[in-house]
Amino acid sequence: MSGVRVLVGTRKGAFILTSDGKRKNWKISGPHFAGWEIYHMNGSPADPNRLYASQSSGWFGQIVQRSNDGGEIWEPVGNNFAYEGVPGTHLWYDGTQHPWEFKRVWRFEPSLTDPDTVYAGVEDAALFRSTDGGHTWAELPGLRETKGHLWQPGAGGMCLHTIILDPSSHNRIFVAISAAGAFRSEDNGETWQPINKGLRSSGELPDPEAEVGHCVHNLAMHPSLTNVLFMQKHWDVMRSNDSGDSWHEVSGNLPSDFGFPISVHAHEPNTIYVVPIKSDSEHFPPDGKLRVYRSRSGGDEWEALTKGLPQSDCYVNVLRSAMAVDTLDSCGIYFGTTGGQVYASSDSGDSWVAIARDLPAVLSVEVQTLK
Amino acid sequence: MIRVQLPYHLQNLARTGREVEISIEAEPRIGSILDALENRYPVLRGTIRDQITGERRPFIRFFACGRDWSLDAYDVLLPESVADGSEPFRIVGAMAGG
Repeated sequence: MSGVRVLVGTRKGAFILTSDGKRKNWKISGPHFAGWEIYHMNGSPADPNRLYASQSSGWFGQIVQRSNDGGEIWEPVGNNFAYEGVPGTHLWYDGTQHPWEFKRVWRFEPSLTDPDTVYAGVEDAALFRSTDGGHTWAELPGLRETKGHLWQPGAGGMCLHTIILDPSSHNRIFVAISAAGAFRSEDNGETWQPINKGLRSSGELPDPEAEVGHCVHNLAMHPSLTNVLFMQKHWDVMRSNDSGDSWHEVSGNLPSDFGFPISVHAHEPNTIYVVPIKSDSEHFPPDGKLRVYRSRSGGDEWEALTKGLPQSDCYVNVLRSAMAVDTLDSCGIYFGTTGGQVYASSDSGDSWVAIARDLPAVLSVEVQTLK
Repeated sequence: MIRVQLPYHLQNLARTGREVEISIEAEPRIGSILDALENRYPVLRGTIRDQITGERRPFIRFFACGRDWSLDAYDVLLPESVADGSEPFRIVGAMAGG
């Protein structure tokens, strides 16, 4: 019997929503780690019962939690994220250089093949890897050596928020950082190159076509079409057909091309989803209507998906890590809002229902499809 | 025995009650209390003081005998009443956030 497990990180704890493959009736467990910010939870593709959770607090710092049974029992593991060597400095808001300081983990990305190997994207932006199930962490410093002195924090902090492990090339990793841009490694994280050609950030950067410094909000890739990447930038929805070597805009007829998450349909590599937000000054949906936009052509041509979503007086936001898909035959799409709702569609976005309505503000949503 | 009181979230993290008892061979100082506490509850490493710099986290405060010790050096000697357990050493999450 297939099933779905939705991992929801919120401002005040973690919640796990489960359903069978019909996705009609949902059971909610939580809050786990009540009162703490859960920036991200993610499960191992190699062992779905192995979960990692980022638990953090402005008072008490970073905790890493691990579960071996799908989220029933958790144990704290290692939380020492020490930058390799002398941390150095990055660009600060006032144009001066500022020391790198660890703040929190924004994302865990478990290895595709080994449950004990997991990558952590952190603020201040860097990539760490554990090969012992999260007990110890080592930085992959080559990333910060890629013009790190020119990276600068966005309004949400200088965070490494996206990690994509390429299933077709096990040494290839993509990451994205706000506000530094997108980067690619071909040697399992040892060395990196910026992949930001074609991004235009006029009004945001002194050099709108700078090699680094772009405010990339999220990246997505379909596992069967790994040379194609999709990006929600601060403004602009972008597409690359050459693994990030170049980008072109596919915002098309979106009502706004500002937004945070972007996702790809599980079975249709050119069907993508975004949630347009009015602007960088007003972080809520245009016209008070919560609309997911779907493109079945890999961008440019978009349709609004509204059935079951509030179409008046809705002023929530959907954060960059708060949308995910399942891999059931009829692809499920899930997203969480800063108003505490988690919406799900079991028909590729045609219709939606709230499977949780009153959680704390949702920071992240991940989905596990259980066989 | 030295009595150490923990804030709510650290009690949950360490899976203990509000107050724990630790023993220190030498006279108690802030640093030696924190060392002993972290050795007994390794999960607390990084939650009270930064793991890299060792500095007190900004919203953590230390109180004992009606006095705020937060700005004192880690090697400052604490009163005898802390050493003999008649007064607790309190680790407090500061009121912050509005």
